[in-house]
Amino acid sequence: MQIKIDTSAWKQTGWHEYALRFLFGGTVTCLAGIIATQYGPVVGGVFLAFPAIFPASVTLIQKHEERKKTEHGLKGERRARQVASVEAAGTAMGSAGLVTFGLIVWQMMPKYGAVLVIASATLCWGLVALVMWLAHKRI
Amino acid sequence: MTELLLRFLIGGAVVSLFAAIGDLLRPKSFAGLFGAAPSVALATLALAVRSNGALYTSLEGRSMIAGSVAMFVYAYAVSCVMMRGTRSALCVTAWAMPLWFGAAGLLWLVWLR
Repeated sequence: MQIKIDTSAWKQTGWHEYALRFLFGGTVTCLAGIIATQYGPVVGGVFLAFPAIFPASVTLIQKHEERKKTEHGLKGERRARQVASVEAAGTAMGSAGLVTFGLIVWQMMPKYGAVLVIASATLCWGLVALVMWLAHKRI
Repeated sequence: MTELLLRFLIGGAVVSLFAAIGDLLRPKSFAGLFGAAPSVALATLALAVRSNGALYTSLEGRSMIAGSVAMFVYAYAVSCVMMRGTRSALCVTAWAMPLWFGAAGLLWLVWLR
């Protein structure tokens, strides 16, 4: 299966949906910071992998898929749930990349510069997530 | 207050950016990888290094591993329920949220505490 870019999805997403994501993202980032200040980095760090926009993303995907089917005169509830489920499975695979990100920050941050560590961790997150996805496709 | 506002703006921007990239991509299973993007971490860690130092940030990275495992448990459970059940995504993701807290709390108890 080929990876494709489909810009039509941007047109389907309303400005209020972008605003909602911005609000969720900003709020969770603030909360993670407040928790770390209040309870220390060991507790605060856990919230760096909090599913900030996952619920909103899965809900939007289900809504968009249902709308698409309705426009074609079909009942798309089941199909929309399946598409949302596949997206959630992708997120589960991506969390292996997130583990790698945390591991690199943990091990490398005291020894190397912050920019290098964060850049390497982000790159490795992408690579591990991609490898997990490709491995899953092969099985 | 200024730092909190900065956190909000950077966090909102990074999370929105990853979500927008995820929207563009097909197939959906690949786009889903961006649901587990380190968006909150990227926004937080850069600020944490500046104000608290490398050791503090390193500890946050270690704890993030526990949060990531909890993310796997949560997303996998949502995927299974959505595939077989009849509930809406909003309902399933909300009801499954205690799974993230439960898994993260358990890992904190046995590993991080």
